[in-house]
Amino acid sequence: MSTIPVKALRTLKIRVLRHNPADPDSTPNMQTFELEEADSMTLFVALNVIREEQDPSLAFDFVCRAGICGSCGMIINGRPGLACRTLTRDLPEDITLAPLPGFELIADLSVNTGKWMRGISERLETWVHAQGLDTVDVDALETPMEPELAQQLYELERCIECGCCIAACGTAQMREDFVGAVGLNQITRFRLDPRDERDDADFYELVGDDVGVFGCMTLLGCEDMCPKDLPLATQIAFLRRRMVAV
Amino acid sequence: MQIIYTDVLVIGGGLAGQRAAIGARRRGNEVIVLSLVPAKRSHSAAAQGGMQASLGNCLGGAGDNEDLHFADTVRGSDWGADQDVVRMFAHMAPKAIRELAAWGVPWSRVQRGEHSITEDGKKRTVTEDDAAHGLITSRNFGGTAKWRACYVSDGTGHAMLYAMSNQAIAAGIPVHERTEAMALIHDGQRCCGAVVRNLMTGELIAYMAKATCIATGGFGRIYRVSTNAIINEGMGAAIALETGMASLGNMEAVQFHPTGIFPAGILVTEGCRGDGGLLLDGNEHRFMPDYEPEKRELASRDVVSRRMEQHIAAGHGASSRFGEHLWLDIRLLGADHINTQLREVKEICQYFLGIDPASELIPVRPAQHYSMGGVRTNAHGQSPQLQGLFAVGEAACWDMHGFNRLGGNSVAETVVAGMIVGEAMADFCASAEGQLQLSTSLADDFLRREARKLDTIADNSGGESAVELTRLMQQTMTEKVGIFRSGETLQQAVDALQQLHLRAGRVGLRSAARGPNPELVAAYRLPRMLKLALCVARGALLRTESRGAHFREDFPQRDDRQWMQRTLASWPAAEDCLPTIDYEPLNIMNMELPPGWRGYGARDYIEHPDTAKRQLQIDTLLAEAGATDRHQRQQLLMPFLHLLPQTFRTRNQRLGGSE
Repeated sequence: MSTIPVKALRTLKIRVLRHNPADPDSTPNMQTFELEEADSMTLFVALNVIREEQDPSLAFDFVCRAGICGSCGMIINGRPGLACRTLTRDLPEDITLAPLPGFELIADLSVNTGKWMRGISERLETWVHAQGLDTVDVDALETPMEPELAQQLYELERCIECGCCIAACGTAQMREDFVGAVGLNQITRFRLDPRDERDDADFYELVGDDVGVFGCMTLLGCEDMCPKDLPLATQIAFLRRRMVAV
Repeated sequence: MQIIYTDVLVIGGGLAGQRAAIGARRRGNEVIVLSLVPAKRSHSAAAQGGMQASLGNCLGGAGDNEDLHFADTVRGSDWGADQDVVRMFAHMAPKAIRELAAWGVPWSRVQRGEHSITEDGKKRTVTEDDAAHGLITSRNFGGTAKWRACYVSDGTGHAMLYAMSNQAIAAGIPVHERTEAMALIHDGQRCCGAVVRNLMTGELIAYMAKATCIATGGFGRIYRVSTNAIINEGMGAAIALETGMASLGNMEAVQFHPTGIFPAGILVTEGCRGDGGLLLDGNEHRFMPDYEPEKRELASRDVVSRRMEQHIAAGHGASSRFGEHLWLDIRLLGADHINTQLREVKEICQYFLGIDPASELIPVRPAQHYSMGGVRTNAHGQSPQLQGLFAVGEAACWDMHGFNRLGGNSVAETVVAGMIVGEAMADFCASAEGQLQLSTSLADDFLRREARKLDTIADNSGGESAVELTRLMQQTMTEKVGIFRSGETLQQAVDALQQLHLRAGRVGLRSAARGPNPELVAAYRLPRMLKLALCVARGALLRTESRGAHFREDFPQRDDRQWMQRTLASWPAAEDCLPTIDYEPLNIMNMELPPGWRGYGARDYIEHPDTAKRQLQIDTLLAEAGATDRHQRQQLLMPFLHLLPQTFRTRNQRLGGSE
């Protein structure tokens, strides 16, 4: 039994949008690297080979390299995606890579999604709001929860804050402060959670405007591009109906 | 020179670091967390299968308690663990999980009624009790007497890390993202902060703190094949070592996980086997029962990994063009189960292997996974050598894992130890010795020293490449300091690593990029990784026995008579080319559970004379005490509650009113 299908190996031409804002002489430019494709090569492997053998200054972000941490979102041939789990064999020989738009550029393919996500988290207060959270009785039996509800919550919580939905969002490109699908999904997640004592009026305060749920143009780019296949469009539509009702 | 002052400086933004930060913050301290990456991207997120806590809610967990969790953990450690610490841990784990439940983790819950489960290759139906409905459920994991791994599908670490990070944000704890601690500031007795590099701008800043806590996780990336994230280079442990004061415990105790997907080494959870998955060889024969009739696929990780490599060496592997491997079979669990309980596994198989695990076999081979060793601490998480320095989580050798960690005990340790160390740091900050009296000129000296080191690298024309030397180090570790070890190859490894360490001093740069400069990062981390690698290899060479994950082909027995010892590695002078190795005895006469057979793995070991003595003492104590409950018996043998913060000393309640 063969584990990984073989395909004839090619010479890849990887074009990278490069710019280092820390260097006053740097201007954005496309640089092309050629490298030999290898068996089951991912963009994680390819970019590291380029950095090790061709250009030690090439900047990019990987952490888990297993598709679970959300560090390596970038534009791959025009579409946002996770580079670590993108196999080169699924791409043509000519590959164009660019940093995710909508985030502060650190250098080359590295963008500051962390700062953006922390900002959204603070703004939307993405934590369970309940009395006495710092004095939980940790000796007592936990409060029961319906198994199905726990599963639904996890479904929404699978978001890895990679930023692909922001890069794929029409509104986010026009309104810098739009909370995006990642933010709205968080609101639906906490709204669903019985442990959170906030009600719809509270959530309306957070997202009841056109940088919140009413800014969405329903272009569905977020859901199409979500690496975790989260039901983002459904969640936004649902939230909008709830917020209209407030 | 820029100096940032804080009460508590936590280096590392994973579960352990953030929980410690929250604890210290709640007690009124100013806290700053440093993190190489955005905190929610920390490697804690990669924990898949579960967190061990003896709640005992579901049928498979019925009757579970702290005593069983304690005994499983000590056996798993091959009696290398500190039993006081294991007791503290087992007592705290249910509290940790309940706190996280209140904070928003969507733990999978018990569903009343009939369920089909897979056990030992067969389907069977169990019925969950009405009373347990909606409480936190758990799954089976290796080396445990009960189903004790509480989980959130197979994204447990992700869900925990997000809830924890959100609480830290709610508490207003700043996380200085994309920063790296380069050196600990100390005067030989007292640690008071760190010199920190901003990874975006390259700027050096001094942070001065009353308490400094290393929470940087493991050092798996000194190996070529590892399940670890690429940030797991052990820099926290390395800068502690470089103080010349702090020691690292049991660095030779390195865990290899049985199921890294082959050849990438990406983890698929032990939950696959816990839920009923099987290991098959090249002929699709289920081989584990042949070796381990008691626990089969669910013996401890050290044992399963060893049996797998042994089976491959005997010629029973499956071959692919990348080399030999074995198969993990979860087809029998069915698509429904995989789609809900093992969905990350499914995604990993789909994206990295191009297969559907519901209908195809997963190629696996053991891969480096966990560092039992780390910064040696006392039971409160403080370094015994350097006041004001704390360590927590995988970066620490608090020592609840000894020579082998049980699956699901690491995420549990992060939160439990975070709860304890957060309080300990707050106590320290409030005490007289916690006051910060060191001068800023000390910070200035350390900052200048680090700046000089970086300049030296930038000016170096020695012509060595960090990339090349890193590769050689990783290859040496994987080939010579892996699952099977021997004196001869370990000596070769030590020699090779020493050579690499010399060469690392001649690493220069090809690019002078401003700002992030990834090449400079690789260059300054390399000598630190090599020091850790030398601690591992030399510790392994000197330990002439086999214990837990440390297996010597030339000394295959566990030798309690000579090796009831914890290894302590230190690096007293910067110009040293080898670590100094000392030992700290483990006293059997204080143990609640004296050494014996683990219940799986090898049965022959060399007994220590104290073992029989202690057993007799225990038997006598218990006989004299007459009728007692389990808590009284435990207190009689090894009191530990006094080691815990006052607020955490009370008993855990369980279903049906039992404690």
